[in-house]
Amino acid sequence: MALKRIRLIEIAHARSGDKGDAGNVGVIAREDRFYPVLVEHVTEEAVKRHFTDICFGPVERYELPNICALNFILHNTLGGGGTVSLKHDAQGKTLSSAMLRMEIEIDEHLLSQ
Amino acid sequence: MKDRIRIASGQGFWGDLVDAPYHQVVRGPVDYVMMDYLAEVTMSIMQKQKLRDPNLGYARDLPNQIARMLPHIVEKNIRIITNGGGVNPLACRDAIFKAAKAAGVHNLRVGVVLGDDILQDLDRMLSEGIELRNMENDAPLSTIRERIVSANVYFGAMPIVKALQEGAHIVVTGRTTDTGLTLAPMIHEFGWASDDWDRLAAGTIAGHILECGGQSSGGNFLGDWKSVPDLARIGFPIAEAYPDGSVVITKHEGTGGLVSEATIKEQLLYEIGDPREYITPDCVADFTSIRLCSEGENRVRVFDVKGRPATEFYKVSASYSDGYSAVGMLTYAWPEAYEKARAADEILRARLTELGLTFEEIRTEYVGLTSCLGPLSTISDEINEVVLRVGVRGRNKEHVNRFGMEIVPLILTGPPSVTGFAGGRPKASEVIAYWPALLPKHAVAPTIHVEEC
Repeated sequence: MALKRIRLIEIAHARSGDKGDAGNVGVIAREDRFYPVLVEHVTEEAVKRHFTDICFGPVERYELPNICALNFILHNTLGGGGTVSLKHDAQGKTLSSAMLRMEIEIDEHLLSQ
Repeated sequence: MKDRIRIASGQGFWGDLVDAPYHQVVRGPVDYVMMDYLAEVTMSIMQKQKLRDPNLGYARDLPNQIARMLPHIVEKNIRIITNGGGVNPLACRDAIFKAAKAAGVHNLRVGVVLGDDILQDLDRMLSEGIELRNMENDAPLSTIRERIVSANVYFGAMPIVKALQEGAHIVVTGRTTDTGLTLAPMIHEFGWASDDWDRLAAGTIAGHILECGGQSSGGNFLGDWKSVPDLARIGFPIAEAYPDGSVVITKHEGTGGLVSEATIKEQLLYEIGDPREYITPDCVADFTSIRLCSEGENRVRVFDVKGRPATEFYKVSASYSDGYSAVGMLTYAWPEAYEKARAADEILRARLTELGLTFEEIRTEYVGLTSCLGPLSTISDEINEVVLRVGVRGRNKEHVNRFGMEIVPLILTGPPSVTGFAGGRPKASEVIAYWPALLPKHAVAPTIHVEEC
């Protein structure tokens, strides 16, 4: 099996927003067959590592196999949240893009199917 | 009973496209228009406006928007449901009546939902042992009692249903859930029972899809944003609802934008927590039960939704004064733009320290370089320009204002190739923080008032 290093954006899209001081990032498989790859590679630990110095609290992951998507809650991420935060992106609108920069290694054949 | 109703999304927030609701009533058939104006911060802004003028405190765009729609909604028997009443739904109704009279429209019935504003009831509730603990840190409300600006209960669909049953053409509410605005006409038209949890959850999820306006019909779509046609003429989403709880999300023919499984999936995930526990006053919706199916161009069926019984609590959204903040920006140009901006930040911080100013936080970001992606950013040596953005927050208003006086002089007393301060000194603005809490449902009751002009 040949492994290829890709950015998540090649196999997923996303949307993010705020829940108080936590950011929510929904990650959706671009094709249903990529969903197991997301489940395997985009774990709470991997996301916490990816968001080092951005997310200062725990990361929670929820699975939505019905729409081939994962939902992440990134606690302590928005500089106090909403109206208190001094961040340019106080509402975490661009956390979705940041998530899709994550690099993972997947089976090359899966991409070319 | 109707076999189908069309509910159109007209506004996704206070500040959304002004013409969107008008376009929804003239570009194709609809039965209801829902207009959501209230973000968490909005209620505190409206409360401040009401303190300055007792006739304000609602979405001021709303009466004019409705006036423009009136001839069409009268002719086509379209009903409007909105939470744009903010902290003063009665004043909003009066402004609508005034606009209707000016347009020569009579016999317009407007329903108002009151009772969500509990600012005057807080002391009684606290004395009765209702602590209104913060859902995030568990602190009791009494710790910030003196600093509270607004306090509102999130009501659900039921008060709106009652107003519709009493014949209201327009229903104006205060703090109602965004989803309740869409669910209410389904309950009203299809006669769903108040414990028909699956159908209530289905209508709630349709509401979640409509509540952010164009964000489910191609706006802010990360899947493939270049594939979305004609965003200039974006059609806001419409829910074609059926008595069995299934819904087809679509938009008017001939409008721009895109409704696809991918755009709907992105909106479904927007600002949710545990997908099995989407809690509203009306029910608990399970987002892991949703099924989607494309039904041709710009049509997506949403079905098989499951729900569970509502909880015994309303959510309360209170806001309180929490110090002051100010933000200033300066633009640095090539060569060594990033180095200059960082040097300027160091000089500024040294001056703030020397002055003995104290802040709870000083935050520096480099817009155009790292402000969105932070440590994930790639930084090139040859950047053309970068914006230094510095914000401070603290209890002392004078200190925050003094920060504003210190950042501007960097133009003449810091690194070169700097511009962008036409706006003058940044001034301290009050920070209004948000206090989410739960309130037993029996502690408060909505009241409904339907009147005709």
